[in-house]
Amino acid sequence: MAAGEALTSSEYIVHHLTNLTVGHGFWTVHLDSLIVSGILGLFAFVGMAKLARKAAVVNPGKLQTFIEMLVSFIDQQVKDTFHGKSKLVTPMAITIFVWVFLMNAMDLLPVDFVPLILGLGGVHYFKSVPTTDPNLTFGMSLSVFATMIVMNFKVKGVGGFLHEVFTVPFGAKLAPLNLLFRLIEDIAKPISLALRLFGNMYAGEMVFILIALLGLWQLPLALPWALFHILIITLQAFVFMMLTIVYLSMASESHG
Amino acid sequence: MNINATLIGEAIWFGVFIWITMKYVWPPLAKAMADRQKLIAEGLAAGERGKHELELAGKRSADAMRDAKAKAAEIITAAEKRGAQMVEEAKATAKIEADKVVAAAKAEIAQQVEQARAELRGRVADLAVAGAERILKREVDAKAHAEMLVALKQEL
Repeated sequence: MAAGEALTSSEYIVHHLTNLTVGHGFWTVHLDSLIVSGILGLFAFVGMAKLARKAAVVNPGKLQTFIEMLVSFIDQQVKDTFHGKSKLVTPMAITIFVWVFLMNAMDLLPVDFVPLILGLGGVHYFKSVPTTDPNLTFGMSLSVFATMIVMNFKVKGVGGFLHEVFTVPFGAKLAPLNLLFRLIEDIAKPISLALRLFGNMYAGEMVFILIALLGLWQLPLALPWALFHILIITLQAFVFMMLTIVYLSMASESHG
Repeated sequence: MNINATLIGEAIWFGVFIWITMKYVWPPLAKAMADRQKLIAEGLAAGERGKHELELAGKRSADAMRDAKAKAAEIITAAEKRGAQMVEEAKATAKIEADKVVAAAKAEIAQQVEQARAELRGRVADLAVAGAERILKREVDAKAHAEMLVALKQEL
C-alpha cells in the first residue's frame, strides 16, 4: 500500500482498479491503457521488425531462433485452421498473440510496483495491465469483427454473403429466422472474444490485489498465484489468437 | 466497465501493430525460414549425392587399379619377351659378323698364299734359268726361251 495513506480495503481495491483518465463523457481516454499497450507493442513489433530486417538465413542468433520458433508455431496454427488465401491472417495472429501475451504479462509485476513509482511522480491512478481494460479488448475484438465482415464480402461477394446470411442454416423459406440466428451468432463473436480476455485478466488482477491486502500472508500466496497466472496469461493470448483465426476462416469459407 | 474513446485508440494501436507485423516482421522472417529450409534440403541432397559419387569413385578406382595391374604385368611380360628376342638377335648378328670376318680373313690368307706362290714361281724360274746358264756356260737367249719358260711356269 502507498506509504502514509490509510486506506480501507475497498478503497485500496478501487484505487487499483481506477484508470488514469483524461477528458470526460465518451471522449474520456484511459492514458494508462494506451501508453502501456503502446509501449509494449512498439517495443515488441519494432524490435521484431528490426530483427527481421537483418534475419540471417545461415547461423541465426538465439533471439532470432526464438522469434522464428514462435512465429512459425503461430503460422502452423493458421495453416491448420485457415484454408483460404490471405496475407493478413498470419501477421494478425502473430500480432494478437505477442501483444496480448505481453500486456497480460504486466499482471506479473507486483500490484503496487508501478503505482508506487508513478505515485512519487504525482500520478495517483494507474492500471498497469491494459487487458483489464474492456476498451482494449473490445477495440481488438471489434477490429477482428470488422476484418471478418470485410473478408466475408471479399471472399463470397455481396450476393454470396447475403445469400448465406438469409439461407443458412434453415434454407430460404425461413429467411428471417436465419437472419436472426446469423445476427446473434456474429454479434456474440466479438463480445465473447473481448469479455473472455477482459474477465480472465480482470479476475486475475483482482486476486492479486486481494492477496496484496493480506499483509505478510501475501508472501506465500502471491508466488503460487503468479506461477499459475503464467499459464492463464499464455492461454488467454493463445485463445484470443486461435478464435480470431477460426472466425476468419469461417468468414472465408462458404457454408451454404 | 465504461466504454469510451480509449477503444478507438486501442483499435488504432492494434491496426498499427498488425501493419508493422504484416510489412516488416512476417515476410522477412518467413523468407529467411523458407530460404533456410531450401538450403538445408539442398545440403542434404548434395550430401547424399556426394556419398553416392564417393561410392562410384571407389568402385572406379578399384577397377582402374585392377586394369593398371593387369596392364603392368602385360607390359613386363612383353618387355621380357622383347629382351630375350633382342639378345637372340644380337647373338645371331654377332655370329654372322664373326663368320664374315673369318671368311674375309680366310680369303686374304688364300690370296697371300697365292701371291707368295706366284712370286716363288717367278723366282724358281729365274733360279732355273740361272742354273741352266751356269750349267751350259754359255749365253742362253732369254728371248728364245721365254716361251718355253712361260710354259714351264704354267706347269709349276
